[in-house]
Amino acid sequence: MTQLDRKTAPAFNGVDNIKLIKPQHKQLDNGCNLYTFNAEGQELVRIEFIFSNLRFNPANPLLNVAVNSMLTDGTTTLTAAQIADKVDYYGAFLQVDYNYDQSQATLYSLTKHLQHTLPVVKEILTDSIFPEKELNTYVRNQQQKLQVSLQKNDFVARRLFNEALFGKTIYGLGATPDDFNALTQDSMQQHFSAMYQPANCTIIVAGQIDNVLVQQLTNTFEGSWRANQPEADTSQPEIETAAGRFIYQEKADALQSAIRIGMPFINRKHPDFAAFQVLNTVLGGYFGSRLMANIREDKGYTYGIGSGMGSFKQTGTFFIASEVGADVCKSAVAEIEKEINLLKTELVGDDELSLVRNFMQGALLGSLENIFSHADKFKNLYFSGLDYDYYDKYADVVKNITAEEVKALANKYLDFENFYKVVVGKY
Amino acid sequence: MVKFNRFTLDNGLRVIVHEDNTTPMAVLNILYDVGARDEDPEQTGFAHLFEHLMFGGSVNIPNYDGPLQRVGGENNAFTSNDITNYYITLPSANIETAFWLESDRMLSLAFSEKSLEVQRNVVIEEFKQRYLNQPYGDVWLKLRPLVYKTHPYRWATIGKTIKHIEDAKIEDVKAFFKKHYNPQNAIMVVGGDVKTEDVKLMAEKWFGSIPAGEKYVRNLPQEEPQTEARRETVNAKVPLNDLYIAFQMGARTDASYYPVELMSDILSRGNSSRLYRKLIKEEQLFSDVHAYITGSLDKGMFILQGKPVEGVSIEQAEQALWAELERMKNDDVSVDELTKVQNKTESTMLFSEMSLLDKAMNLAQFELLGDAAELNNETRKFLAVTAAQIKEQANAIFRKENSSTLVYLAEKEEAEPMLAASEN
Repeated sequence: MTQLDRKTAPAFNGVDNIKLIKPQHKQLDNGCNLYTFNAEGQELVRIEFIFSNLRFNPANPLLNVAVNSMLTDGTTTLTAAQIADKVDYYGAFLQVDYNYDQSQATLYSLTKHLQHTLPVVKEILTDSIFPEKELNTYVRNQQQKLQVSLQKNDFVARRLFNEALFGKTIYGLGATPDDFNALTQDSMQQHFSAMYQPANCTIIVAGQIDNVLVQQLTNTFEGSWRANQPEADTSQPEIETAAGRFIYQEKADALQSAIRIGMPFINRKHPDFAAFQVLNTVLGGYFGSRLMANIREDKGYTYGIGSGMGSFKQTGTFFIASEVGADVCKSAVAEIEKEINLLKTELVGDDELSLVRNFMQGALLGSLENIFSHADKFKNLYFSGLDYDYYDKYADVVKNITAEEVKALANKYLDFENFYKVVVGKY
Repeated sequence: MVKFNRFTLDNGLRVIVHEDNTTPMAVLNILYDVGARDEDPEQTGFAHLFEHLMFGGSVNIPNYDGPLQRVGGENNAFTSNDITNYYITLPSANIETAFWLESDRMLSLAFSEKSLEVQRNVVIEEFKQRYLNQPYGDVWLKLRPLVYKTHPYRWATIGKTIKHIEDAKIEDVKAFFKKHYNPQNAIMVVGGDVKTEDVKLMAEKWFGSIPAGEKYVRNLPQEEPQTEARRETVNAKVPLNDLYIAFQMGARTDASYYPVELMSDILSRGNSSRLYRKLIKEEQLFSDVHAYITGSLDKGMFILQGKPVEGVSIEQAEQALWAELERMKNDDVSVDELTKVQNKTESTMLFSEMSLLDKAMNLAQFELLGDAAELNNETRKFLAVTAAQIKEQANAIFRKENSSTLVYLAEKEEAEPMLAASEN
């Protein structure tokens, strides 16, 4: 037998293109759009009910999130306790989630129990009343949680960063404990009625789906659920960014400082977005990234550092974030600047670029774990107003981008001087 | 139902294959039967530090991450008090790269001084980030030594103190590797778009020639039953008071695990659970309250934790928690309530089968417990639990003399102006 060669990597194969499953579409008679992703397998489904948030109101900044959080806290006919009992009894999970652009309720259920679990969702989406007592509990508990979060440097850094980038908008405003006091049952009910309307609702179902299930959903959500309000105003006010670029909050006894550096940025709709994701990956988007290799693996300044991009309806963001030893904070910021400038002055080596391209193709393939993932990909497109071409183009860019293109992008978009820099801790 | 095939190499490496052709991906998961409980009391945090060093290059491959990323793969690892687990996800066409990388670091590490020095710093920053620079971050550093007096569970995986990490020497790293990182102490699961026959060939090719090494015989000092209520109060710069009550409970392999796990679900799983409904919603005594178990391989912990609402005293909060525990001891759980948590467990098991990596990790952990096939009996065991068993366990566990109570008292500072940051 020949000696095994352990020094040389086994031959490897290119990564296949992804094959995305596209949904079936149906519009209900009340204007609600239903998209279904079917896969044989476990007899279960995930059903998402997604609503665009209403226009931000700086006087009552928590309305969108509070209304969403309290959807499970009572309707005309069901108390919070009864809602919880009904969902839990059938082994289902009913979650509410909120992001800057949308609010949603998600039901995870075995298909055999949908007849019991779906009517509860219908109730909360059409008839929530935000009972006074539940509201008081919510406000008090959220205020307490916020007090704890405000002691965490990374949380505070993120808030200061968002506020600098996006001002007093839904993207920028970090709530204070006092803001919770502006919530009233009346204001929440008005917000709820204006926003949770069928025409502002997209239902996305993934799992084992047949005609019976589609009919069940249709029967539950057509009929009595009617638009009885003017069309929901989901526009958002203009964003004003802060003038100051360096924002420092000192914490005298900090062992580590939270750093957040970046700027408002292009979003998924922009033609450069996919290519910039390659640049972002090189810089700080994976374990072998330049920021990790330098600041964690070479210097040992931090447990973790990374860069990322956020894509929102109205804007986007690019940021670098880390928590570093308080004594090395200045050095860490200097190294970040060095890495940014390196991308602008030197070409990424062939070896590194091909590694990143392969890594990203593998990550894309791996991101399609199950039918839920296919629905998630669709959501990225749908809520950005894009179609499936986007992923073809993305795959193409990742496969073929050159070092010159990466350098050009760095020069087009990265200007360290102009970045917002937030430090919470010691500097 | 998670189907699998199983074989063992001559050097003792156990291999499990789970074929799942619905995905173009594959996972390779290696569980090493070593955790923080196997550490020397004077060198704690070592299993976890060692996990970091496993990425610092092996005997024939100077860089672990690069070659994996180059073939479209990702990896990570975690260390607990019981085990150390490493996993790779990659396109199945490149699965052999995972065999190459994992077999070389099981064969031997590079043992580089530079890697040790850097990872010491990284782990020290991790210690600060997760345990010291967070409100309540040091809870496990305080609670574990209260609950355990002799068993090595008395320290957290990160270690007792930063000093132990600072003092780690390359000789210690080598000795730890020799003792624990060999085929006999490992379980490998390969899952996804693979064929058992191919996995057999590759396992034999890459792992077959690794020496079996010495079998590590675990002989840990076991924790004596607790006979007195324990208590510690900490004055700390935290925003709110916080209360923890921990009880000793049986090991993961005890039959009692199933009723106790369901009991924690009845107390704390979801918005219909007793603690949430009664103590947060009805009596409004807590802003946050949870019950959970550690599921440890040796004697475990049943933990209650909650933050009382401002104005509610620690005494009141404790009384309210104990009242719920007494109810559990005195009254049978109703049929509906038991059915509810059993249904929840059943659907959770089904949903977890949607994830390839979860399936692979579960198979490895059940094999470690004795038999991977038991993964598929798990739901049945939960469904067989009776109200009487739950009551029996409540009475066995929820005794004052079996409790360790840890209280954080918030030191009130001058109120800082909210988010007043200097801009310049």
